[in-house]
Amino acid sequence: MTQLITFIKKEFHHVLRDRKTLLILFGMPVVQILIFGFALTNEVKNSKIVVVDHAHDEVSTEIISKIEASRYFEIESFVDGPLGIEGAFQEGHAKAAIVFPANFARDLQHQNSAQVQIIADATDPNNATALTNYLSSIIQDYQSAMNKSAVFPYRIIPETKMLYNPQLKGAPNFVPGVMAMVLMLVCVMMTAISIVKEKETGTMEVLLVSPFRPALVILSKAIPYLLLSLVNVGSILLLSVFVLDLPVNGSLLLLLAESTLFIITCLTLGIFISIKTDSQQTAMLISLMGMLLPTVLFSGFMFPIENMPIPLQVISNIVPAKWYYLIVKDIMIKGLGFEAIWKETLILVGITLFLFFISLKSFKIRLA
Amino acid sequence: MNDLSNRAISIKADLLTKRYGDFIAADALSFEVYKGEIFGFLGANGAGKTTAMRMLCGLSLPSSGSATIAGFDIYRETEKIKKNIGYMSQKFSLYEDLTVLENIRFYGGIYGLSDGAIKEKSEAIIARLGLQSEADKLVSALPLGWKQKLAFSVAILHQPHIVFLDEPTGGVDPVTRRQFWDLIYEAAEEGVTVFVTTHYMDEAEYCNRISIMVDGRIEALDTPHNLKQQFQADSMDDVFYKLARQAKRVDL
Repeated sequence: MTQLITFIKKEFHHVLRDRKTLLILFGMPVVQILIFGFALTNEVKNSKIVVVDHAHDEVSTEIISKIEASRYFEIESFVDGPLGIEGAFQEGHAKAAIVFPANFARDLQHQNSAQVQIIADATDPNNATALTNYLSSIIQDYQSAMNKSAVFPYRIIPETKMLYNPQLKGAPNFVPGVMAMVLMLVCVMMTAISIVKEKETGTMEVLLVSPFRPALVILSKAIPYLLLSLVNVGSILLLSVFVLDLPVNGSLLLLLAESTLFIITCLTLGIFISIKTDSQQTAMLISLMGMLLPTVLFSGFMFPIENMPIPLQVISNIVPAKWYYLIVKDIMIKGLGFEAIWKETLILVGITLFLFFISLKSFKIRLA
Repeated sequence: MNDLSNRAISIKADLLTKRYGDFIAADALSFEVYKGEIFGFLGANGAGKTTAMRMLCGLSLPSSGSATIAGFDIYRETEKIKKNIGYMSQKFSLYEDLTVLENIRFYGGIYGLSDGAIKEKSEAIIARLGLQSEADKLVSALPLGWKQKLAFSVAILHQPHIVFLDEPTGGVDPVTRRQFWDLIYEAAEEGVTVFVTTHYMDEAEYCNRISIMVDGRIEALDTPHNLKQQFQADSMDDVFYKLARQAKRVDL
């Protein structure tokens, strides 16, 4: 036991003395949360649009002021026609345009219908769809407010409700994703590198000759990173609650317990990589290319898994981050309890045990 | 020193062999090393020195043959062997980002020494090596010669029966090498058996007995004096050259 503590102390010395490691360890989560939180958002907020108003009547003015009043749009300028719109799009001043034809209000009153055109810059299709949807819904709102008294013979009114995330904020989606990514990076890469480093410098041999058991070497490498990763989970949660206004809806204890499980999965993965590689560079490359990429691609937080071809959907099942991402979303955003996530938990436990046993096996073979 | 054969046996190897498929890295090695002896293990690169040493240290399992280290069997009593040997690898075996004292404390802790013993040992090592003003500096700041001397002192920190040194003086200047050998002599006088591989023939002269490996086999084993007579050579260099010339394996 004292041997173990001696070793763990040594590991902390390594980590705390290496500025680069420290920076990656504690800087990365903060930077990622902030980048994803404020820069890489796909929410529509203060999008600039141009307006072509040939009507200049009370209805068009009212709709324009409603658009301007919403926090989604900002009116960049009023232009005269197609040329003005294209110019604004080409120079990147605006992402969408709305066109009111002449006699807009009169058509509406006399023919009971009027047309309004919405044009969007679809170089970014997702953004374009979002903008047109928001614009149409503003017009629809206006219309239904206007028609409150009117009675229509038949009408289907779809009532949409965005559950768990009514404001369609990006944070609920990416915070769990960033957590999975950061833990994956810290645990897999850092442990793999720190074990391989001992192999590279030759200290591993000295340790193996000593009475200190090989399994304990691995354990004492894992424990410091487990603790440091929990600190990371803490800092990500604090940032998301206090900076991004994203509360933890479910049980915090359950969330921490599941995070610990995922950290252990990552640690065994890191240990497995370190057993199979002999240089720090290889270990880093494998951790980055082999772990980070699948985490980003297959966890579902950037690209929806349901839309992928079947073979990729199948592959996504062996990516531990996918399951953790689902778990965190369920606990944090939906506020569900263990009964909702026992299946995912079981899968993570299974992956961990599997990695643990093949690591143990290859570690023994290496010693012989 | 002449009466080595009356002393207790520290290492006894009997037909120790290591095969990798068809390749025989170490071929039926048999030898005895006595307590307090400095035993030089020579051979060209790829002759099988490191393989032999790794088997004796318990880092690698022999394919056949047997050996005892400090009286313990290398198959069944590896844990006991580990407590009784020290090891200094070819690569530098201390942590560069720990201080001198932290390194000593770490290895003392790994070998299960008590805090009192570690403190006492640290002071002794630092006094012996004259590292008083460097004790709290990072090891990376020390010159190579000092690092090697420190690594040796750490390898015998737990007072092992035997210490294995794998090319301990690689890249070290002659003066420091001489000082390093002073440390080895001191350890041997205290009864530590020293098993050392080296490339330097002047160092071979410092050993009590030497074995020379060629192509995985021990081709010669005696005192430097007897070997020179046997091969009618003026120096160990000549002896080594005459033997190594027969080698069929090229540098691996």
